[in-house]
Amino acid sequence: MGKRIEYQLTGSGGQGLITAGIILAEAAILDGNNAIQSQSYGPEARGGASKAEVVISKDVIDYPKTISPDYILCLTDEAYEKYGKENHKNGIIMVDQSVSIEDNSNGVIKAPILSTASEQLKPIVANIIALGFIASYSNVVTKDSLLRALMDRVPKGTEEMNQKALDLGYQLAEDALNAK
Amino acid sequence: MEKNKMRLVQGNEACVMGALYAGMRFYAGYPITPSSEIAEESSIQLPKVGGKFIQMEDEIASMAAAIGASLAGKKAMTATSGPGFSLKQENIGFACMAEVPVVIVNVMRMGPSTGLPTSPAQGDIMQARWGTHGDHPIIVITPTSVKEMYEFTIRAFNLAEKYRTPVILLADEVIAHMREGVEIRTDIEVIDRAKPTPGEPYLPYQLKEGDIVPPLASFGDGYRFHVTGLSHGENGFPTNSVEINNALIRRLNSKITDHLDDIVEVEEGYTSDAEFLILSIGSTARAAKSVVNTLREQGIKIGYFIPKTVWPFPEKELKECFKTVKKVIVPEMNMGQIALEVERVAAGQAEVHRLNKVTGELFTVAEINDGVMAVINK
Amino acid sequence: MKTTEYLREDKLPHIWCPGCGNGIVISNIIRAVDALNLKRENTVIVSGIGCSSRAAGYMNFDTLHTTHGRAIPFATGIKMANPDLNVIVISGDGDATAIGGNHFIHASRRNLDLTLIVVNNNIYGMTSGQYSPLTPTGKIATTAPYGNIDRPFDLCELAEAAGATYVARGSVYHVQQLKRYVERGIQNKGFSVIEALSICPTYFGRKNKMGSPVKMLEGIRDNAVIYNGKNKEEGKDKFLIGEFKNEPDREYTESYQKIIDSLKEGK
Repeated sequence: MGKRIEYQLTGSGGQGLITAGIILAEAAILDGNNAIQSQSYGPEARGGASKAEVVISKDVIDYPKTISPDYILCLTDEAYEKYGKENHKNGIIMVDQSVSIEDNSNGVIKAPILSTASEQLKPIVANIIALGFIASYSNVVTKDSLLRALMDRVPKGTEEMNQKALDLGYQLAEDALNAK
Repeated sequence: MEKNKMRLVQGNEACVMGALYAGMRFYAGYPITPSSEIAEESSIQLPKVGGKFIQMEDEIASMAAAIGASLAGKKAMTATSGPGFSLKQENIGFACMAEVPVVIVNVMRMGPSTGLPTSPAQGDIMQARWGTHGDHPIIVITPTSVKEMYEFTIRAFNLAEKYRTPVILLADEVIAHMREGVEIRTDIEVIDRAKPTPGEPYLPYQLKEGDIVPPLASFGDGYRFHVTGLSHGENGFPTNSVEINNALIRRLNSKITDHLDDIVEVEEGYTSDAEFLILSIGSTARAAKSVVNTLREQGIKIGYFIPKTVWPFPEKELKECFKTVKKVIVPEMNMGQIALEVERVAAGQAEVHRLNKVTGELFTVAEINDGVMAVINK
Repeated sequence: MKTTEYLREDKLPHIWCPGCGNGIVISNIIRAVDALNLKRENTVIVSGIGCSSRAAGYMNFDTLHTTHGRAIPFATGIKMANPDLNVIVISGDGDATAIGGNHFIHASRRNLDLTLIVVNNNIYGMTSGQYSPLTPTGKIATTAPYGNIDRPFDLCELAEAAGATYVARGSVYHVQQLKRYVERGIQNKGFSVIEALSICPTYFGRKNKMGSPVKMLEGIRDNAVIYNGKNKEEGKDKFLIGEFKNEPDREYTESYQKIIDSLKEGK
């Protein structure tokens, strides 16, 4: 990995995307890279549109925010409207299956993240499925480091469910890549 | 915890780590975005090392309690953001006048007033300098990274102890809230306040030959000394003497201005041959650095100048740059505050161009690049 | 110990007017400290801004003369940092109940071991006679030239309601009681409030044509009702002198020390 890789994880406050961003950045550090995680959010602790940003690079990272995100994940309509739709020339946009997008042809990737979480595990681990999905698809951090970072962050007693969620995310990415 | 290893740490968390390393044993605060993590982390960590945390009824009380604890011998800190920083000002002035070491963290958010509480800004630069009334000395240091949130908090305590003065760590929301890989250094010197020599008579405001400041006893040490915000003599007691007041105010200021080489810190890049210079602090400086690095690759003679001590302003260091620099660009997330100081120092030696952003967002690299190119191509 | 040894005699004469009640209050604080054998080295006097707050400078302890209204939070920091210190706060009615009112109720709620003596002269003396939250309705002040229309606090009721664990009111006429209340306030491990009814002949007395300092003291004598536990109603048009509450409860620094100890054990 030479240049900086930039992620935006967007959704609604309370979905745990900031945590997912932290774990992604931690994994990058464990891999021996530089990483910065930041966020922007409104006054709402729950709801509203929230955005976690992660920048990963072998080199020193001067500018801490994303400049031109390579991967943009949107879990809600509101997040897609606010962050997914506009800015990105070269970024790959990934949305949850439930997000309504006008134009499906311009390379937007859809994955059933939220429904997989609620049907196979619990809605609360949707963020970890999303993390597995975007990490696997972008292939910047190693799965070993990601798992280590994940285990450091999750509450005791939930390790197994979170690991399953991560695996499900990896599976969803594989499905998406195969469908290409 | 593994030492001297890279870890992903949040800016506010790094601040508390630095404070504890420096010997903080008391924290008083009041919840306010975007500094609350500093209070939360302090409440977790302090009792583990026998220190004390208290959430006071307001910002004013938090400042007062921190000063009280410092006078009782504990290294003390409080943290806040814009509105709370305004409320703390009177007691910051007390700490200046009574020469009480204390660290105040102000994580700048968008103002004025309640403004945009979760958005970054750099609008408190002048308030950090002149927020409290009267001619007071102050040291204000500005971190640009999580690493510096850690190391500058240690430096803030060291400067506070060494110069018997409040020190303000002026961060912005981006630096405070972002998480960054950081190596936690454990080889940084920690400075403790000078204490009076046992057995000798003690005057709490008497400067002895060769000392920077008078030593500071703690309440309970047995000296039975007096501390007041009134103008006071060497013995600490109030006086209306014009001579004593004059000497006090001059000493309070000169204890800082006589030691600029120790207090002032600047990060410079490519300034030795630069014709153009970007001067900025905090998260804006990160964007500026990125722009300078790119423009240098294109052969443009541009440098960056990042005051890490913003007050006292690095006047001598900046003047040095004007041997080659003809144009200075000052990007700030405000309507132009540091620019005022740059204009004063430049005073005809270089053009000063302001670049201001008040949307409540960090500058993008493109915005600074465009602003700089407009100046270069003019 | 001689009571004068608790004073910084070289800092006298004090700035107070002839006939002021401050001296009587300070002397009774000193007598209480002496009766309890508190060490001067271990006792800190903290004050705010106002006439009575100047007392700190004259008292031979570690002394801290703070900003207006903020004596209690400064004292809170001192006590938290070193719970072995006896911390006594001297404040006035304006200092403690107007600008410092928020700190007053929260210190009462928190029950940190401080002893607060509020010298109540019903007026802002230092700034020359403006009305305070303890100026009775109808009285004249320099900012109430047509009579005060504010309703005053009952300081002791306020302290009780907010949770202070020792509450009493003495006066500069009832000096034996005042000394006893200060003693008990210091002995109470928690937040203690002692209101010391005082006189300001220069502003409150003169503006309200109350006569000489002696006349004002006689006024306190004649209008005081000694509280016996069931005569609160009698105090309605006069004022009650007495001990209203002495109910020790969990003290703040002790509760905090328990947290520290539990974390040590956990290691």
